[in-house]
Amino acid sequence: MLTFVIYKSILCVVVFGVSLGVAAYSTWWERKFAAFLQDRKGPSRAGPFGILQPLADGGKMFFKEEIIPNVSNKFLFVLGPSLFLLTALMTGVVIPWGKDLIIGGKAYPLQVTDINIGIIYVLGVTSVGVYGIMIGGWASNNKYSLLGAIRASSQMISYEIAMGLSIIALVITAGGTLSFREILEKQDAGISNVMYQPLGFLIFLICAFAETNRAPFDLSECETELIGGYNTEYSAFKLGAFMFAEYINMFISSAIMAGLYFGGYNFPFAHELYSAMGLQEGSVAISLIGFLVYFFKICLFISVFMWIRWTLPRFRYDQLMNLGWKVLIPLSLFNLVLTVVVEFFRGTIVF
Amino acid sequence: MNSSPIDYLPIVIMFIVAAGFVAFTMFLTHAIGPKRKTKIKLNTFECGIESKENAWMPFSIKYFLVAILFVLFDIEVIFMYPWAVNFKELGWLGIVEMFSFVALLLIGFYYMIAKKALVWED
Repeated sequence: MLTFVIYKSILCVVVFGVSLGVAAYSTWWERKFAAFLQDRKGPSRAGPFGILQPLADGGKMFFKEEIIPNVSNKFLFVLGPSLFLLTALMTGVVIPWGKDLIIGGKAYPLQVTDINIGIIYVLGVTSVGVYGIMIGGWASNNKYSLLGAIRASSQMISYEIAMGLSIIALVITAGGTLSFREILEKQDAGISNVMYQPLGFLIFLICAFAETNRAPFDLSECETELIGGYNTEYSAFKLGAFMFAEYINMFISSAIMAGLYFGGYNFPFAHELYSAMGLQEGSVAISLIGFLVYFFKICLFISVFMWIRWTLPRFRYDQLMNLGWKVLIPLSLFNLVLTVVVEFFRGTIVF
Repeated sequence: MNSSPIDYLPIVIMFIVAAGFVAFTMFLTHAIGPKRKTKIKLNTFECGIESKENAWMPFSIKYFLVAILFVLFDIEVIFMYPWAVNFKELGWLGIVEMFSFVALLLIGFYYMIAKKALVWED
């Protein structure tokens, strides 16, 4: 029992640290990527290739003056970003980062916890994040913050329906389980769910952009109309909390997409590769290769987020709502019907 | 697969780690940042002009309507999860029942669009 708690605590701290580290370096990569697309150099002063830029930015967050407007609701003003960052950090627990490490006959899972409602847990915790934005934007007592917060929350809840429906279709394909681990295990040897759920994946991808408030759905913080959106009044680390949470959400949704639809730590011809390399099934090396493959996939998805941000212009608000309600919801219901038909031909259900 | 209550313990641990970090950083930024407060700086920002009135005022009813519609539809989506998990066991009966449920859902959806609940230009 004590070793269980200690091991899980260590794993929690590692997942927490990796989330923060990836979020910090996503900001660096985003700026480098944007610079590449716009034929610039990007950050290049702090360390080689500007590699220390996230540390400099993070340090600056702490040494700036913290301003709490005197007309705001001070308690809720602090609660908003705290809640948003907290929920973002909480989602990483159910994701299996690799196969179990088997050292000396004992299995050490690379997943903080494997609960049988993993997907619902993620959906639920990310929904609580909406409160963070809404509370923060409202408590600022600034018209732009309020507008940004309302836009963000109504956008996030609108796209959650289509996201839920596309996941239902995925659950049917994966054979009726809500556990991340089981869904990943079923995609062994490169037969990933995206082959059965191409439309579902597309819907999920679009919804993930809307849920994380990323371009082209970043209406909540469009600087041309709303100054900074819901974080207009924030400064110092409270602004950083909003920014960190956004990048952590991006990392986690990339991990979910790479896991649920692209097999996570599985990849095509994995078993052939392992036997060619002379590795035993269940060895430590296989777990580590799986982890690196998963991490590579996540990085690719994060890059897709950035690529789209610097390619597409922002939607108009009515276009965003029409896309969410009138296109994605009927489309995801259609995808559900299509999934049932496909399952019939795969022989999952018979008369 | 069944989960026992012990599987939820790591979530509590993660909550403690994350909440501790958030509380610590919020305290730290409050403690070490410079404090040179002036009256104008503590005012809310409004394009450089003096801010007028309170921002806690009524806003467009459309957003509220979206929230209500979300509650309706998202709860119906949640109803589908048990069906998706037991898809194989429930078989054709489950599919027929769920499709009639979706048909009812679509009637409501059609009503929502016919009532112009999602028309943003007046």
